Amino acid sequence: MRDVAVIGIGMTKWGELWEKSLRDIFVETALLAIEDAGVDRIDSMYVGCMSSGLFIGQEHLASLLPDYLGRTPVPTVRVESACSSGGLALRQGFIDVASGMSDIVLVGGVEKMTDVNGHEATYALGTAADQEYEGFHGLTFPGLYAMMAHAHMAKYGTTREQLAMVAVKNHDNGSKNPLAQFPFKITVEGVLCSVLVADPLRILDCSPITDGAAAVILCPSDLAKRMKKAAVRIAGTGQATDTIALSSRKDLTWIESTHIAAQKALAMAGRKIEDLDLFEVHDCFTIAEIMITEALGLVEKGRGGKAVEEGLTSLRGKFPVNPSGGLKAKGHPVGATGVAQAVEVVKQLRGEAGTRQVRGAKLGLTQNMGGTGGSSVVHIFEAE
Amino acid sequence: MPTPSRYWREIPQRYRLEAGKCTNCGYVCFPPRLVCPQCGGREFTKTKLAESGKILTYTIIRVAPHQYVDQVPYAVGIAEMDDGVKLTAQIVDCKFEDLKIGIRVKIEFRKIYEEGEAGVIYYGYKFVQE
Amino acid sequence: MAGIIGYGAYIPRNRIKVEEIAKVWGADAPSYKKGLMLEEKSVPSPDQDTITMAVEASKRALKRAGINPKEIGAVYVGSESHPYAVKPSGTVLAEALNATPEVHTADFEFACKAGTEAMFVALNLVQAGAVRFGLAVGADTSQGAPGDALEYSAAAGAAAFIFGKDPIVAEALDTFSFTTDTPDFWRREYQYYPQHGGRFTGDPAYFKHIRGAAEGIMAKAKMKPSDFQYVIFHQPNGKFPFRVGEMLGFEKKQIEPGWLVSKLGNTYSGSSPLGLTATLDVSKPGDMILLVSYGSGAGSDAFIFRVTKRIDEVRNLAPTTRHLLDTGKIYLEYGVYAKYRRKIRKAE
Repeated sequence: MRDVAVIGIGMTKWGELWEKSLRDIFVETALLAIEDAGVDRIDSMYVGCMSSGLFIGQEHLASLLPDYLGRTPVPTVRVESACSSGGLALRQGFIDVASGMSDIVLVGGVEKMTDVNGHEATYALGTAADQEYEGFHGLTFPGLYAMMAHAHMAKYGTTREQLAMVAVKNHDNGSKNPLAQFPFKITVEGVLCSVLVADPLRILDCSPITDGAAAVILCPSDLAKRMKKAAVRIAGTGQATDTIALSSRKDLTWIESTHIAAQKALAMAGRKIEDLDLFEVHDCFTIAEIMITEALGLVEKGRGGKAVEEGLTSLRGKFPVNPSGGLKAKGHPVGATGVAQAVEVVKQLRGEAGTRQVRGAKLGLTQNMGGTGGSSVVHIFEAE
Repeated sequence: MPTPSRYWREIPQRYRLEAGKCTNCGYVCFPPRLVCPQCGGREFTKTKLAESGKILTYTIIRVAPHQYVDQVPYAVGIAEMDDGVKLTAQIVDCKFEDLKIGIRVKIEFRKIYEEGEAGVIYYGYKFVQE
Repeated sequence: MAGIIGYGAYIPRNRIKVEEIAKVWGADAPSYKKGLMLEEKSVPSPDQDTITMAVEASKRALKRAGINPKEIGAVYVGSESHPYAVKPSGTVLAEALNATPEVHTADFEFACKAGTEAMFVALNLVQAGAVRFGLAVGADTSQGAPGDALEYSAAAGAAAFIFGKDPIVAEALDTFSFTTDTPDFWRREYQYYPQHGGRFTGDPAYFKHIRGAAEGIMAKAKMKPSDFQYVIFHQPNGKFPFRVGEMLGFEKKQIEPGWLVSKLGNTYSGSSPLGLTATLDVSKPGDMILLVSYGSGAGSDAFIFRVTKRIDEVRNLAPTTRHLLDTGKIYLEYGVYAKYRRKIRKAE
């Protein structure tokens, strides 16, 4: 297996992009990444997108996107694993380069979510759950995570305020990110009096509906050296699955797939979790970030709420989590998120993260998750 | 959302809680499956879930998918039935203040939703307080 | 001899008081309460309908009957609020009870006596030996037009009876039906609410047919009012059953155990059937019970039952009707009631 490096990144401002179609959003972003990498050739493309079919009635992105990028006949794969589509696309791209099949691979992620109303979007996002035995009963994603929150609060004493602190921290970071959907700060009081979505989760506990894309260019490390490109190496990749329905899990308060995926990535990179300098994780809901920090092994089981309260995961804390602003402040165009996490880590490892730079960052981790943890994919990046 | 065939296929589960019990390790699959997730076994006997259990966790949905908008707000929970199987369903006829982890519930046959004014009516199981 | 081998009741938990309805329409609550002897009525939740209530009532009847549902040969549901205009309620019920596929199913309709229609047919099929067990349900979630007198009483409930020859809880000694074409209360297709003939629904309708059926069955069986421990009449309001009882020569104490309407409302096809389940709950072996339903349009079905020793064994195998009527009540405001009963016009 060859070493794989990221030599280009691209991302545009995320938000409700009324004037832009899915094609526009993807192409603009991909062009930025290609320009950043300084390549003229693409050998293959992997694009994460959860559900262009439900959001805009469009499938066959594997033809549409290379077409509009002006790159047909490049082989393209549309990757889907609900909210971990982007991270999974990255892993597929990595495998394509590492195996020697391709040299220059574009990995992108895109989602256009605002061409349907809120209830339709809620339905589309809900298709990541078990349709016949969760969705059929009227469950939504906020509802599923709300049930995990209630269970976590009952078992470990995690508080409503600790959940709010996750959102506040991520907005603090996001206020320093010019591409974020919501680049402004919020307060704990603001979270606690925002409208209820699924008890105990409120609207400010939830990542938003967003249009956006992100892209990276991968190539073998020695090609990057020959091109004299500043490169960030993908040191480890890990993926794992778990039951689709929350009720089938052994422990409703623990994300086993993230735990396994992280162990695999760390083993491949030859690292321990404490060695890493920053973490871009899947805070689709505030409770998710708390449970993820536990599953990654940053804190003991049950201590995720305390950790955020004590500032462990803030930008200047011991384990900075979501310096980009996370899904909460940056936005969550579903299929794009996993790739945007990689864009942030690469920026940080290049020292290009401006006022949200984690000082001396050499090793970073991305964790991208589908559904309530039915799939997880973790990547570890190392500055060369 | 489900066409009649998709809903009709699940009727033994929705109306009668029919499940499959692995003959090798005893794991109860609801809905029934072809492969036991616990031991990989491929043979099952027909069984039925217990009709009472206790709530492990719950939430109150306030923003719903479009088919359920008329029902908002409604409670949904995961209960551990008395035979150990965990089941997800709405919790009805229960004041929200009375919802707590640990309360005992039993199954009742209710309407799940209707496909508008002219479509099929979907029936299934919900939890009520015991 | 055939009879009831199992019975079950279902009443939704929601209630709304007469005062709550009256205040919205500026009506005189005390006079409604006194004039119609009504206090409150049951209200179905939005996720309940004739079918859901029929399933739960029938499951309770099965508990008391103690039979294998696969042996039920006929499943009949009588209602004036079947959820579908075309697609039987009975098939959902039969499937939910696991009585399918070898079963005869039909939906019945005859205003408020659709339940006893179903009972009449199921009982006689068993009597004739055509089926071993027959299930009959009377269930309704009928509506009264907002502000109309019927809004105070239109309620929801279900009663289920399984008929067989063994093991009998109450023998069915006789039946009698009295029918004429009398347009006292009706609903045209595609209309949301029914209409009625006001005072015409009294003497030429309710009283004529109940008296016709009651006098007819007592003549046929050579019995008189004092031979019965209990009598149950259809209960469109609190007053009518006592008035017709008095006309026929029955005493208040014979009527009271099955008289649920003041706290329940008029459950239409469930009305006299629920009166019967409530009566069975308190009856003793040897008691004679007369049941006389009434359905607008118009007709009455009468049944004579004699309770057996088995009532003591089965009574407590499922909740009693009074328990369902008196416990776990959830009181609604008119706004929530109107929302539940879809009386509020919404966007498409």
